[in-house]
Amino acid sequence: MSDLRELYQEVIFDHNRKPRNFRKLDPADRLAEGFNPLCGDQITVYVKFDQGVISDVSFEGSGCAISTASASLMTEALKGKTEAEARALFENFHSAVTNHGCAKCDDLGKLEVLTGVAEYPSRVKCATLAWHTFTAALDQKDQPVTTE
Amino acid sequence: MSQVNALQRPPYRFDAEKWRADFPILRRQVNGRPLVYLDNAATSQKPQVVIDAESNYYSQTNSNIHRGVHRLSELATNQYEAARGKVRRFINAASDREIIFVRGTTEAINLVAQSYGAQNIKAGDEIVISTMEHHSNIVPWQLLCERTGAVLRVVPINDDGEFLFDEYRKLVNERTKVVAVVHVSNALGSINPVKKIIELAHRFGAKVLVDGAQAVPHLTVDVQDLDCDFYAFSSHKIYGPTGIGVLYGKAALLNAMPPYQGGGDMIRQVTFEKSTYNELPYKFEAGTPNIAGVITLGAALDYVSAIGLDAIAAHEHELLEYATAAAAEVPGMRLIGTAHDKASILSFVLDGIHPHDTGTILDHQGVAIRTGHHCAMPLMARFKVPATARASFALYNTRPDVDALFAGIAKVRQMFAK
Ligand SMILES: Cc1ncc(COP(=O)(O)O)c(C=O)c1O
Repeated sequence: MSDLRELYQEVIFDHNRKPRNFRKLDPADRLAEGFNPLCGDQITVYVKFDQGVISDVSFEGSGCAISTASASLMTEALKGKTEAEARALFENFHSAVTNHGCAKCDDLGKLEVLTGVAEYPSRVKCATLAWHTFTAALDQKDQPVTTE
Repeated sequence: MSQVNALQRPPYRFDAEKWRADFPILRRQVNGRPLVYLDNAATSQKPQVVIDAESNYYSQTNSNIHRGVHRLSELATNQYEAARGKVRRFINAASDREIIFVRGTTEAINLVAQSYGAQNIKAGDEIVISTMEHHSNIVPWQLLCERTGAVLRVVPINDDGEFLFDEYRKLVNERTKVVAVVHVSNALGSINPVKKIIELAHRFGAKVLVDGAQAVPHLTVDVQDLDCDFYAFSSHKIYGPTGIGVLYGKAALLNAMPPYQGGGDMIRQVTFEKSTYNELPYKFEAGTPNIAGVITLGAALDYVSAIGLDAIAAHEHELLEYATAAAAEVPGMRLIGTAHDKASILSFVLDGIHPHDTGTILDHQGVAIRTGHHCAMPLMARFKVPATARASFALYNTRPDVDALFAGIAKVRQMFAK
Protein backbone atom coordinates (compact mmCIF):
# COMPACT_ATOMS: atom_id res chain seq x y z
CA MET A 1 0.00 0.00 0.00
CA SER A 2 2.99 2.31 0.35
CA ASP A 3 2.72 3.75 -3.13
CA LEU A 4 -1.01 4.37 -2.77
CA ARG A 5 -0.09 6.51 0.22
CA GLU A 6 2.22 8.44 -2.06
CA LEU A 7 -0.78 9.41 -4.14
CA TYR A 8 -3.12 9.95 -1.21
CA GLN A 9 -0.96 11.77 1.26
CA GLU A 10 -2.42 13.10 4.48
CA VAL A 11 -2.14 16.68 3.18
CA ILE A 12 -4.42 15.71 0.29
CA PHE A 13 -7.07 14.28 2.59
CA ASP A 14 -6.80 17.39 4.73
CA HIS A 15 -7.35 19.76 1.79
CA ASN A 16 -10.12 17.54 0.44
CA ARG A 17 -11.94 17.67 3.75
CA LYS A 18 -11.32 21.36 4.36
CA PRO A 19 -10.62 23.05 1.05
CA ARG A 20 -8.94 26.46 1.50
CA ASN A 21 -10.28 29.52 -0.31
CA PHE A 22 -13.38 27.58 -1.26
CA ARG A 23 -15.66 30.54 -2.01
CA LYS A 24 -16.80 32.88 -4.68
CA LEU A 25 -14.95 36.16 -5.23
CA ASP A 26 -17.38 38.88 -6.11
CA PRO A 27 -16.31 40.92 -7.90
CA ALA A 28 -13.34 39.06 -9.37
CA ASP A 29 -10.95 40.55 -11.88
CA ARG A 30 -10.80 37.29 -13.78
CA LEU A 31 -12.71 34.05 -13.61
CA ALA A 32 -13.07 30.89 -15.64
CA GLU A 33 -14.90 27.59 -15.50
CA GLY A 34 -13.26 24.23 -15.93
CA PHE A 35 -14.76 20.85 -16.57
CA ASN A 36 -13.48 17.30 -16.73
CA PRO A 37 -16.10 15.43 -18.73
CA LEU A 38 -14.51 12.10 -17.93
CA CYS A 39 -15.31 12.21 -14.24
CA GLY A 40 -17.78 15.08 -14.04
CA ASP A 41 -15.46 17.36 -12.09
CA GLN A 42 -16.30 21.02 -12.39
CA ILE A 43 -14.62 24.08 -11.01
CA THR A 44 -14.77 27.85 -11.15
CA VAL A 45 -11.60 29.78 -10.36
CA TYR A 46 -11.70 33.46 -9.32
CA VAL A 47 -8.69 35.79 -9.35
CA LYS A 48 -8.14 39.30 -7.99
CA PHE A 49 -5.12 41.45 -8.75
CA ASP A 50 -3.65 44.33 -6.83
CA GLN A 51 -0.94 46.26 -8.65
CA GLY A 52 0.09 43.31 -10.79
CA VAL A 53 0.13 40.85 -7.92
CA ILE A 54 -2.49 38.18 -7.22
CA SER A 55 -4.14 39.51 -4.09
CA ASP A 56 -6.82 36.85 -3.83
CA VAL A 57 -7.70 33.63 -5.59
CA SER A 58 -10.47 31.19 -4.80
CA PHE A 59 -12.49 28.36 -6.27
CA GLU A 60 -15.85 26.62 -6.17
CA GLY A 61 -17.01 23.33 -7.60
CA SER A 62 -16.94 19.62 -6.99
CA GLY A 63 -14.51 16.89 -7.79
CA CYS A 64 -12.47 13.99 -6.52
CA ALA A 65 -10.01 14.27 -3.64
CA ILE A 66 -7.07 14.87 -5.97
CA SER A 67 -8.76 17.66 -7.90
CA THR A 68 -10.20 19.35 -4.80
CA ALA A 69 -6.90 19.20 -2.93
CA SER A 70 -5.01 20.43 -5.97
CA ALA A 71 -7.33 23.41 -6.36
CA SER A 72 -7.05 24.20 -2.68
CA LEU A 73 -3.26 23.97 -2.65
CA MET A 74 -3.11 26.02 -5.83
CA THR A 75 -4.97 28.93 -4.27
CA GLU A 76 -2.54 28.95 -1.36
CA ALA A 77 0.45 28.84 -3.66
CA LEU A 78 -0.71 31.61 -5.95
CA LYS A 79 -1.39 34.39 -3.51
CA GLY A 80 1.22 37.14 -3.74
CA LYS A 81 2.57 35.99 -7.10
CA THR A 82 2.73 38.06 -10.25
CA GLU A 83 1.08 36.70 -13.36
CA ALA A 84 4.47 35.69 -14.79
CA GLU A 85 5.47 33.92 -11.56
CA ALA A 86 2.15 32.12 -11.47
CA ARG A 87 2.54 30.85 -15.03
CA ALA A 88 6.08 29.70 -14.33
CA LEU A 89 4.87 27.81 -11.26
CA PHE A 90 2.21 26.06 -13.32
CA GLU A 91 4.82 25.07 -15.88
CA ASN A 92 6.94 23.53 -13.16
CA PHE A 93 4.00 21.83 -11.53
CA HIS A 94 2.72 20.52 -14.84
CA SER A 95 5.99 18.92 -15.80
CA ALA A 96 6.33 17.44 -12.30
CA VAL A 97 2.92 15.74 -12.40
CA THR A 98 3.30 14.53 -15.96
CA ASN A 99 6.64 12.98 -15.03
CA HIS A 100 8.65 14.99 -17.49
CA GLY A 101 10.99 15.91 -14.70
CA CYS A 102 11.20 19.50 -13.66
CA ALA A 103 13.92 22.04 -13.59
CA LYS A 104 12.97 23.61 -10.28
CA CYS A 105 11.00 21.01 -8.40
CA ASP A 106 12.22 22.32 -5.07
CA ASP A 107 10.27 25.48 -5.85
CA LEU A 108 7.02 23.54 -5.74
CA GLY A 109 6.73 23.80 -1.97
CA LYS A 110 3.55 22.17 -0.66
CA LEU A 111 2.45 21.33 -4.21
CA GLU A 112 4.96 18.55 -4.12
CA VAL A 113 2.47 16.27 -2.38
CA LEU A 114 0.65 16.05 -5.71
CA THR A 115 3.57 14.75 -7.73
CA GLY A 116 2.49 11.20 -6.86
CA VAL A 117 -0.11 11.42 -9.64
CA ALA A 118 2.68 11.15 -12.20
CA GLU A 119 2.37 7.39 -11.65
CA TYR A 120 -1.36 7.50 -12.45
CA PRO A 121 -1.83 8.83 -15.99
CA SER A 122 -5.61 8.70 -15.68
CA ARG A 123 -5.46 10.99 -12.65
CA VAL A 124 -3.11 13.66 -13.98
CA LYS A 125 -6.09 15.59 -15.33
CA CYS A 126 -7.59 15.68 -11.85
CA ALA A 127 -4.48 17.42 -10.53
CA THR A 128 -4.21 19.90 -13.39
CA LEU A 129 -7.87 20.89 -13.89
CA ALA A 130 -7.69 23.80 -11.42
CA TRP A 131 -4.47 25.05 -12.98
CA HIS A 132 -5.77 24.90 -16.52
CA THR A 133 -8.83 26.77 -15.35
CA PHE A 134 -6.65 29.34 -13.59
CA THR A 135 -4.62 30.00 -16.75
CA ALA A 136 -7.85 30.22 -18.74
CA ALA A 137 -8.96 32.89 -16.26
CA LEU A 138 -5.71 34.77 -16.85
CA ASP A 139 -6.32 34.53 -20.58
CA GLN A 140 -9.97 35.46 -20.04
CA LYS A 141 -11.22 32.65 -22.24
CA ASP A 142 -14.97 32.77 -22.64
CA GLN A 143 -15.33 29.06 -23.31
CA PRO A 144 -15.15 26.78 -20.28
CA VAL A 145 -11.94 24.77 -20.44
CA THR A 146 -12.19 21.04 -20.49
CA THR A 147 -9.53 18.48 -19.91
CA GLU A 148 -10.58 16.50 -22.97
CA MET B 1 -15.93 -5.75 5.75
CA SER B 2 -19.48 -6.88 5.72
CA GLN B 3 -20.01 -10.59 5.61
CA VAL B 4 -23.06 -12.02 3.97
CA ASN B 5 -24.56 -14.91 5.82
CA ALA B 6 -23.77 -17.82 3.53
CA LEU B 7 -26.32 -20.05 5.25
CA GLN B 8 -29.21 -18.03 3.86
CA ARG B 9 -27.94 -18.23 0.31
CA PRO B 10 -28.41 -20.96 -2.28
CA PRO B 11 -25.43 -23.26 -2.74
CA TYR B 12 -22.54 -21.65 -4.55
CA ARG B 13 -22.18 -22.60 -8.21
CA PHE B 14 -18.80 -24.02 -8.86
CA ASP B 15 -19.40 -23.97 -12.60
CA ALA B 16 -18.08 -20.44 -12.66
CA GLU B 17 -14.69 -21.69 -11.49
CA LYS B 18 -14.65 -24.01 -14.47
CA TRP B 19 -15.74 -21.27 -16.89
CA ARG B 20 -13.16 -18.98 -15.37
CA ALA B 21 -10.38 -21.28 -16.50
CA ASP B 22 -11.39 -20.58 -20.12
CA PHE B 23 -10.21 -16.97 -19.83
CA PRO B 24 -6.43 -16.66 -19.91
CA ILE B 25 -6.34 -12.99 -18.89
CA LEU B 26 -7.89 -13.89 -15.52
CA ARG B 27 -4.66 -15.64 -14.62
CA ARG B 28 -2.59 -12.48 -14.79
CA GLN B 29 -1.81 -10.12 -11.97
CA VAL B 30 -2.49 -6.41 -11.79
CA ASN B 31 -0.58 -4.18 -9.37
CA GLY B 32 0.83 -7.32 -7.82
CA ARG B 33 -2.60 -8.77 -7.08
CA PRO B 34 -4.65 -11.36 -8.95
CA LEU B 35 -6.92 -9.57 -11.40
CA VAL B 36 -10.50 -9.15 -10.22
CA TYR B 37 -12.22 -7.99 -13.36
CA LEU B 38 -15.53 -6.28 -12.65
CA ASP B 39 -15.74 -3.95 -15.63
CA ASN B 40 -17.66 -6.32 -17.85
CA ALA B 41 -20.30 -3.82 -18.89
CA ALA B 42 -17.52 -1.82 -20.56
CA THR B 43 -16.14 -4.88 -22.28
CA SER B 44 -15.92 -8.54 -21.37
CA GLN B 45 -12.81 -10.71 -21.42
CA LYS B 46 -12.34 -13.31 -24.15
CA PRO B 47 -12.17 -17.08 -23.72
CA GLN B 48 -9.35 -19.05 -25.33
CA VAL B 49 -11.68 -20.44 -28.03
CA VAL B 50 -12.41 -16.91 -29.17
CA ILE B 51 -8.75 -15.91 -29.17
CA ASP B 52 -7.97 -19.09 -31.12
CA ALA B 53 -10.73 -18.46 -33.65
CA GLU B 54 -9.22 -15.12 -34.57
CA SER B 55 -5.72 -16.53 -34.72
CA ASN B 56 -6.87 -19.52 -36.81
CA TYR B 57 -8.64 -17.29 -39.25
CA TYR B 58 -5.48 -15.29 -39.88
CA SER B 59 -3.18 -18.28 -39.96
CA GLN B 60 -5.43 -20.57 -42.05
CA THR B 61 -8.14 -18.77 -43.95
CA ASN B 62 -7.38 -15.06 -44.38
CA SER B 63 -8.81 -13.87 -47.68
CA ASN B 64 -11.29 -11.34 -48.93
CA ILE B 65 -14.90 -12.46 -49.15
CA HIS B 66 -17.67 -12.40 -51.73
CA ARG B 67 -15.27 -11.68 -54.55
CA GLY B 68 -12.57 -14.26 -55.16
CA VAL B 69 -12.99 -17.50 -57.07
CA HIS B 70 -10.09 -19.04 -55.24
CA ARG B 71 -10.33 -21.57 -52.49
CA LEU B 72 -9.42 -19.39 -49.51
CA SER B 73 -11.88 -16.70 -50.51
CA GLU B 74 -14.56 -19.35 -50.68
CA LEU B 75 -13.63 -20.66 -47.23
CA ALA B 76 -13.58 -17.19 -45.71
CA THR B 77 -16.91 -16.37 -47.32
CA ASN B 78 -18.44 -19.56 -45.97
CA GLN B 79 -17.20 -18.92 -42.46
CA TYR B 80 -18.35 -15.32 -42.59
CA GLU B 81 -21.83 -16.30 -43.73
CA ALA B 82 -21.95 -19.17 -41.23
CA ALA B 83 -21.36 -16.61 -38.48
CA ARG B 84 -24.31 -14.63 -39.79
CA GLY B 85 -26.40 -17.75 -39.35
CA LYS B 86 -25.15 -18.14 -35.78
CA VAL B 87 -26.19 -14.58 -34.98
CA ARG B 88 -29.58 -15.18 -36.58
CA ARG B 89 -30.16 -18.25 -34.43
CA PHE B 90 -28.82 -16.52 -31.32
CA ILE B 91 -31.45 -13.79 -31.44
CA ASN B 92 -34.00 -15.88 -33.35
CA ALA B 93 -34.32 -13.62 -36.38
CA ALA B 94 -36.48 -14.90 -39.22
CA SER B 95 -33.77 -14.75 -41.86
CA ASP B 96 -30.02 -14.27 -42.33
CA ARG B 97 -30.83 -11.30 -44.55
CA GLU B 98 -31.96 -9.42 -41.45
CA ILE B 99 -28.51 -9.57 -39.83
CA ILE B 100 -26.28 -6.64 -40.78
CA PHE B 101 -22.69 -6.55 -39.55
CA VAL B 102 -21.55 -3.14 -38.36
CA ARG B 103 -18.79 -1.85 -36.05
CA GLY B 104 -20.89 -1.99 -32.91
CA THR B 105 -24.06 -0.84 -31.23
CA THR B 106 -23.13 2.77 -31.90
CA GLU B 107 -22.85 2.28 -35.63
CA ALA B 108 -26.03 0.19 -35.72
CA ILE B 109 -28.03 3.01 -34.15
CA ASN B 110 -26.43 5.61 -36.40
CA LEU B 111 -27.27 3.49 -39.43
CA VAL B 112 -30.94 3.42 -38.51
CA ALA B 113 -31.07 7.10 -37.52
CA GLN B 114 -29.45 8.11 -40.80
CA SER B 115 -30.94 5.70 -43.27
CA TYR B 116 -34.41 5.08 -41.86
CA GLY B 117 -34.47 8.59 -40.41
CA ALA B 118 -33.63 10.38 -43.66
CA GLN B 119 -36.42 8.60 -45.44
CA ASN B 120 -39.15 8.64 -42.82
CA ILE B 121 -38.71 11.50 -40.36
CA LYS B 122 -39.92 15.02 -41.01
CA ALA B 123 -40.52 18.23 -39.09
CA GLY B 124 -42.99 17.82 -36.25
CA ASP B 125 -42.49 14.07 -35.96
CA GLU B 126 -41.54 12.77 -32.54
CA ILE B 127 -38.82 10.39 -31.43
CA VAL B 128 -39.14 8.86 -27.99
CA ILE B 129 -36.18 7.72 -25.90
CA SER B 130 -35.76 7.18 -22.14
CA THR B 131 -33.79 8.95 -19.43
CA MET B 132 -31.45 5.99 -19.06
CA GLU B 133 -30.13 5.89 -22.63
CA HIS B 134 -26.44 5.58 -23.42
CA HIS B 135 -25.12 8.58 -25.35
CA SER B 136 -25.07 6.37 -28.44
CA ASN B 137 -28.86 6.13 -28.25
CA ILE B 138 -29.30 9.87 -27.66
CA VAL B 139 -26.94 11.75 -29.94
CA PRO B 140 -27.82 10.07 -33.28
CA TRP B 141 -31.47 10.95 -32.65
CA GLN B 142 -30.58 14.50 -31.64
CA LEU B 143 -28.66 14.87 -34.89
CA LEU B 144 -31.65 13.55 -36.79
CA CYS B 145 -33.94 16.00 -34.99
CA GLU B 146 -31.59 18.87 -35.86
CA ARG B 147 -31.58 17.87 -39.51
CA THR B 148 -35.31 17.32 -39.83
CA GLY B 149 -37.05 19.46 -37.24
CA ALA B 150 -38.38 16.40 -35.44
CA VAL B 151 -38.77 16.54 -31.66
CA LEU B 152 -37.05 14.34 -29.08
CA ARG B 153 -39.23 13.17 -26.17
CA VAL B 154 -37.79 11.56 -23.07
CA VAL B 155 -39.58 9.02 -20.88
CA PRO B 156 -38.77 9.65 -17.19
CA ILE B 157 -37.69 7.02 -14.67
CA ASN B 158 -38.34 6.65 -10.96
CA ASP B 159 -35.80 6.78 -8.12
CA ASP B 160 -35.15 3.07 -8.45
CA GLY B 161 -34.17 3.60 -12.07
CA GLU B 162 -37.29 2.00 -13.52
CA PHE B 163 -38.85 3.02 -16.82
CA LEU B 164 -42.16 4.74 -16.07
CA PHE B 165 -44.57 2.98 -18.37
CA ASP B 166 -47.51 5.22 -17.51
CA GLU B 167 -45.49 8.29 -18.44
CA TYR B 168 -44.49 6.57 -21.65
CA ARG B 169 -48.14 5.93 -22.40
CA LYS B 170 -48.76 9.67 -22.13
CA LEU B 171 -45.87 10.46 -24.46
CA VAL B 172 -46.58 8.20 -27.44
CA ASN B 173 -49.12 9.34 -29.98
CA GLU B 174 -49.72 9.55 -33.73
CA ARG B 175 -46.74 11.88 -34.13
CA THR B 176 -44.37 9.31 -32.64
CA LYS B 177 -42.37 7.77 -35.48
CA VAL B 178 -39.51 6.07 -33.63
CA VAL B 179 -39.12 4.73 -30.11
CA ALA B 180 -35.49 3.98 -29.24
CA VAL B 181 -34.98 2.34 -25.90
CA VAL B 182 -32.30 0.45 -24.04
CA HIS B 183 -33.08 -3.17 -23.13
CA VAL B 184 -30.75 -3.31 -20.11
CA SER B 185 -29.27 -0.06 -18.77
CA ASN B 186 -25.47 -0.04 -18.66
CA ALA B 187 -25.39 2.43 -15.78
CA LEU B 188 -28.21 1.01 -13.62
CA GLY B 189 -28.75 -2.58 -14.66
CA SER B 190 -32.50 -1.99 -15.05
CA ILE B 191 -34.20 -4.41 -17.42
CA ASN B 192 -36.84 -2.53 -19.37
CA PRO B 193 -40.22 -4.00 -20.35
CA VAL B 194 -39.34 -3.75 -24.03
CA LYS B 195 -42.04 -6.12 -25.23
CA LYS B 196 -44.76 -3.93 -23.73
CA ILE B 197 -42.99 -0.80 -24.96
CA ILE B 198 -42.92 -2.17 -28.50
CA GLU B 199 -46.51 -3.29 -28.40
CA LEU B 200 -47.74 0.17 -27.43
CA ALA B 201 -45.52 1.92 -30.00
CA HIS B 202 -46.85 -0.33 -32.76
CA ARG B 203 -50.40 0.66 -31.92
CA PHE B 204 -49.44 4.15 -33.08
CA GLY B 205 -47.50 2.91 -36.08
CA ALA B 206 -44.12 3.87 -34.58
CA LYS B 207 -41.04 1.75 -35.21
CA VAL B 208 -38.95 0.57 -32.29
CA LEU B 209 -35.19 0.23 -32.01
CA VAL B 210 -33.89 -1.67 -29.00
CA ASP B 211 -30.33 -1.02 -27.78
CA GLY B 212 -29.37 -4.52 -26.67
CA ALA B 213 -25.69 -3.90 -25.92
CA GLN B 214 -26.10 -4.94 -22.28
CA ALA B 215 -28.94 -7.40 -22.75
CA VAL B 216 -27.54 -9.93 -25.20
CA PRO B 217 -24.73 -11.12 -22.86
CA HIS B 218 -27.16 -11.70 -19.98
CA LEU B 219 -30.60 -12.71 -21.21
CA THR B 220 -32.12 -14.71 -23.99
CA VAL B 221 -33.25 -12.36 -26.72
CA ASP B 222 -35.87 -13.38 -29.25
CA VAL B 223 -36.40 -10.56 -31.72
CA GLN B 224 -39.48 -12.19 -33.25
CA ASP B 225 -41.13 -12.63 -29.90
CA LEU B 226 -40.30 -9.03 -28.95
CA ASP B 227 -41.49 -7.95 -32.39
CA CYS B 228 -38.92 -5.14 -32.38
CA ASP B 229 -38.18 -3.43 -35.67
CA PHE B 230 -34.46 -2.99 -35.02
CA TYR B 231 -32.15 -4.53 -32.43
CA ALA B 232 -28.52 -3.52 -31.91
CA PHE B 233 -25.65 -5.10 -30.00
CA SER B 234 -21.85 -5.24 -29.78
CA SER B 235 -19.67 -8.32 -30.01
CA HIS B 236 -17.12 -7.16 -27.44
CA LYS B 237 -19.59 -7.20 -24.57
CA ILE B 238 -20.49 -10.83 -25.24
CA TYR B 239 -16.99 -12.32 -25.10
CA GLY B 240 -16.26 -11.52 -28.76
CA PRO B 241 -13.78 -9.14 -30.37
CA THR B 242 -14.03 -5.36 -30.52
CA GLY B 243 -14.92 -3.53 -33.70
CA ILE B 244 -17.84 -5.72 -34.68
CA GLY B 245 -21.51 -5.52 -33.90
CA VAL B 246 -24.91 -6.41 -35.22
CA LEU B 247 -27.91 -4.57 -36.46
CA TYR B 248 -31.02 -6.70 -36.75
CA GLY B 249 -33.82 -5.19 -38.77
CA LYS B 250 -37.05 -6.53 -40.17
CA ALA B 251 -36.43 -7.38 -43.81
CA ALA B 252 -39.32 -5.29 -45.11
CA LEU B 253 -37.97 -2.20 -43.36
CA LEU B 254 -34.35 -2.78 -44.36
CA ASN B 255 -35.41 -3.38 -47.96
CA ALA B 256 -37.20 -0.06 -48.14
CA MET B 257 -34.36 1.90 -46.54
CA PRO B 258 -31.72 3.73 -48.60
CA PRO B 259 -28.10 2.53 -48.29
CA TYR B 260 -26.08 3.87 -45.38
CA GLN B 261 -22.69 3.93 -47.06
CA GLY B 262 -21.71 3.42 -50.69
CA GLY B 263 -18.88 1.31 -52.00
CA GLY B 264 -17.88 -2.20 -52.92
CA ASP B 265 -20.08 -5.20 -52.02
CA MET B 266 -23.20 -3.09 -51.57
CA ILE B 267 -23.87 -2.60 -55.28
CA ARG B 268 -25.39 -4.73 -58.00
CA GLN B 269 -24.43 -2.61 -60.95
CA VAL B 270 -22.56 0.66 -61.23
CA THR B 271 -22.57 3.10 -64.11
CA PHE B 272 -21.69 6.74 -63.93
CA GLU B 273 -25.33 7.58 -64.45
CA LYS B 274 -26.77 5.38 -61.74
CA SER B 275 -26.01 2.45 -59.48
CA THR B 276 -28.34 -0.25 -58.32
CA TYR B 277 -27.92 -1.78 -54.94
CA ASN B 278 -27.27 -5.27 -53.80
CA GLU B 279 -29.86 -7.28 -51.93
CA LEU B 280 -29.99 -7.64 -48.16
CA PRO B 281 -27.89 -7.83 -46.10
CA TYR B 282 -25.09 -6.73 -48.46
CA LYS B 283 -26.78 -3.45 -49.26
CA PHE B 284 -25.71 -2.28 -45.80
CA GLU B 285 -22.23 -3.82 -45.75
CA ALA B 286 -20.19 -1.54 -47.99
CA GLY B 287 -16.50 -2.30 -48.34
CA THR B 288 -14.39 -5.11 -46.92
CA PRO B 289 -15.92 -5.85 -43.53
CA ASN B 290 -14.25 -6.99 -40.34
CA ILE B 291 -14.12 -10.58 -41.57
CA ALA B 292 -12.04 -11.91 -38.67
CA GLY B 293 -14.30 -10.08 -36.24
CA VAL B 294 -17.47 -11.62 -37.65
CA ILE B 295 -16.07 -15.15 -37.65
CA THR B 296 -14.73 -14.69 -34.13
CA LEU B 297 -18.06 -13.31 -32.93
CA GLY B 298 -19.53 -16.56 -34.23
CA ALA B 299 -17.10 -18.46 -32.00
CA ALA B 300 -18.09 -16.32 -29.02
CA LEU B 301 -21.78 -17.05 -29.57
CA ASP B 302 -20.97 -20.77 -29.83
CA TYR B 303 -19.17 -20.50 -26.51
CA VAL B 304 -22.08 -18.74 -24.81
CA SER B 305 -24.62 -21.13 -26.31
CA ALA B 306 -22.68 -24.16 -25.11
CA ILE B 307 -22.87 -22.90 -21.53
CA GLY B 308 -26.39 -21.59 -21.97
CA LEU B 309 -27.69 -18.11 -21.25
CA ASP B 310 -30.03 -19.47 -18.59
CA ALA B 311 -27.14 -20.88 -16.60
CA ILE B 312 -25.17 -17.66 -17.09
CA ALA B 313 -28.11 -15.49 -16.04
CA ALA B 314 -28.79 -17.60 -12.94
CA HIS B 315 -25.15 -17.42 -11.88
CA GLU B 316 -24.90 -13.67 -12.46
CA HIS B 317 -28.16 -13.07 -10.66
CA GLU B 318 -26.90 -14.90 -7.64
CA LEU B 319 -23.72 -12.81 -7.63
CA LEU B 320 -25.77 -9.64 -7.92
CA GLU B 321 -27.90 -10.65 -4.94
CA TYR B 322 -24.81 -11.55 -2.95
CA ALA B 323 -23.26 -8.17 -3.76
CA THR B 324 -26.48 -6.26 -3.11
CA ALA B 325 -26.78 -7.85 0.32
CA ALA B 326 -23.18 -6.97 1.10
CA ALA B 327 -23.75 -3.37 -0.06
CA ALA B 328 -26.62 -2.98 2.39
CA GLU B 329 -24.16 -3.53 5.25
CA VAL B 330 -21.73 -0.80 4.21
CA PRO B 331 -22.46 2.52 5.93
CA GLY B 332 -22.73 5.39 3.45
CA MET B 333 -22.92 3.14 0.39
CA ARG B 334 -25.81 4.06 -1.88
CA LEU B 335 -26.80 1.94 -4.86
CA ILE B 336 -27.76 3.87 -7.99
CA GLY B 337 -30.22 1.60 -9.75
CA THR B 338 -32.40 -0.59 -7.59
CA ALA B 339 -34.94 -1.70 -10.16
CA HIS B 340 -36.97 -4.79 -9.42
CA ASP B 341 -35.85 -6.33 -12.71
CA LYS B 342 -32.12 -5.92 -12.80
CA ALA B 343 -29.15 -7.55 -14.46
CA SER B 344 -25.58 -7.94 -13.38
CA ILE B 345 -24.71 -4.33 -12.56
CA LEU B 346 -23.92 -2.73 -9.20
CA SER B 347 -23.62 1.03 -9.59
CA PHE B 348 -22.88 2.89 -6.36
CA VAL B 349 -21.61 5.98 -4.63
CA LEU B 350 -19.89 6.20 -1.26
CA ASP B 351 -20.85 9.06 0.98
CA GLY B 352 -18.27 11.88 0.80
CA ILE B 353 -15.95 9.94 -1.51
CA HIS B 354 -15.67 10.69 -5.20
CA PRO B 355 -16.05 7.60 -7.42
CA HIS B 356 -12.78 8.42 -9.11
CA ASP B 357 -10.92 8.01 -5.83
CA THR B 358 -12.81 4.79 -5.17
CA GLY B 359 -11.74 3.48 -8.58
CA THR B 360 -8.06 4.26 -8.09
CA ILE B 361 -7.91 2.69 -4.64
CA LEU B 362 -9.76 -0.43 -5.83
CA ASP B 363 -7.43 -0.70 -8.80
CA HIS B 364 -4.61 -0.89 -6.30
CA GLN B 365 -6.16 -4.03 -4.89
CA GLY B 366 -6.33 -5.48 -8.40
CA VAL B 367 -10.08 -4.79 -8.61
CA ALA B 368 -11.04 -3.26 -11.97
CA ILE B 369 -14.30 -1.34 -11.98
CA ARG B 370 -15.60 1.56 -14.03
CA THR B 371 -16.01 5.02 -12.61
CA GLY B 372 -17.52 8.01 -14.35
CA HIS B 373 -20.75 8.93 -16.04
CA HIS B 374 -20.97 5.70 -18.07
CA CYS B 375 -21.82 7.64 -21.24
CA ALA B 376 -25.12 8.55 -19.61
CA MET B 377 -24.71 12.13 -18.44
CA PRO B 378 -28.46 12.92 -18.40
CA LEU B 379 -28.94 9.91 -16.15
CA MET B 380 -26.26 11.13 -13.73
CA ALA B 381 -28.07 14.48 -13.64
CA ARG B 382 -31.33 12.63 -12.88
CA PHE B 383 -29.71 11.05 -9.82
CA LYS B 384 -27.86 14.28 -8.95
CA VAL B 385 -24.45 12.60 -8.90
CA PRO B 386 -21.47 13.62 -11.05
CA ALA B 387 -20.47 10.01 -11.51
CA THR B 388 -20.83 6.56 -10.02
CA ALA B 389 -18.61 3.58 -9.42
CA ARG B 390 -19.84 0.51 -11.24
CA ALA B 391 -19.06 -3.14 -10.74
CA SER B 392 -20.52 -5.40 -13.42
CA PHE B 393 -20.49 -9.16 -13.47
CA ALA B 394 -19.88 -11.75 -16.16
CA LEU B 395 -20.09 -15.52 -16.24
CA TYR B 396 -16.53 -15.96 -14.91
CA ASN B 397 -16.98 -13.83 -11.81
CA THR B 398 -17.23 -15.57 -8.47
CA ARG B 399 -18.08 -14.81 -4.88
CA PRO B 400 -14.40 -14.29 -4.05
CA ASP B 401 -14.43 -11.52 -6.69
CA VAL B 402 -17.33 -9.87 -4.89
CA ASP B 403 -15.54 -10.33 -1.56
CA ALA B 404 -12.47 -8.64 -3.04
CA LEU B 405 -14.65 -5.75 -4.18
CA PHE B 406 -16.04 -5.25 -0.70
CA ALA B 407 -12.65 -5.66 0.95
CA GLY B 408 -11.49 -2.91 -1.39
CA ILE B 409 -14.45 -0.71 -0.51
CA ALA B 410 -13.65 -1.17 3.16
CA LYS B 411 -10.11 -0.01 2.41
CA VAL B 412 -11.43 3.07 0.56
CA ARG B 413 -13.63 3.99 3.49
CA GLN B 414 -10.82 3.44 5.94
CA MET B 415 -8.48 5.72 3.97
CA PHE B 416 -11.10 8.45 3.80
CA ALA B 417 -12.25 8.04 7.38
CA LYS B 418 -11.87 10.86 9.90
C1 LIG C 1 -26.37 0.32 -23.32
C2 LIG C 1 -25.27 0.59 -24.28
N1 LIG C 1 -25.56 1.07 -25.50
C3 LIG C 1 -24.61 1.31 -26.41
C4 LIG C 1 -23.28 1.09 -26.13
C5 LIG C 1 -22.26 1.40 -27.19
O1 LIG C 1 -21.63 0.25 -27.62
P1 LIG C 1 -20.35 0.32 -28.55
O2 LIG C 1 -19.41 1.27 -27.88
O3 LIG C 1 -19.84 -1.07 -28.56
O4 LIG C 1 -20.79 0.80 -29.88
C6 LIG C 1 -22.92 0.59 -24.88
C7 LIG C 1 -21.52 0.33 -24.53
O5 LIG C 1 -20.79 1.08 -23.99
C8 LIG C 1 -23.94 0.35 -23.94
O6 LIG C 1 -23.64 -0.12 -22.72
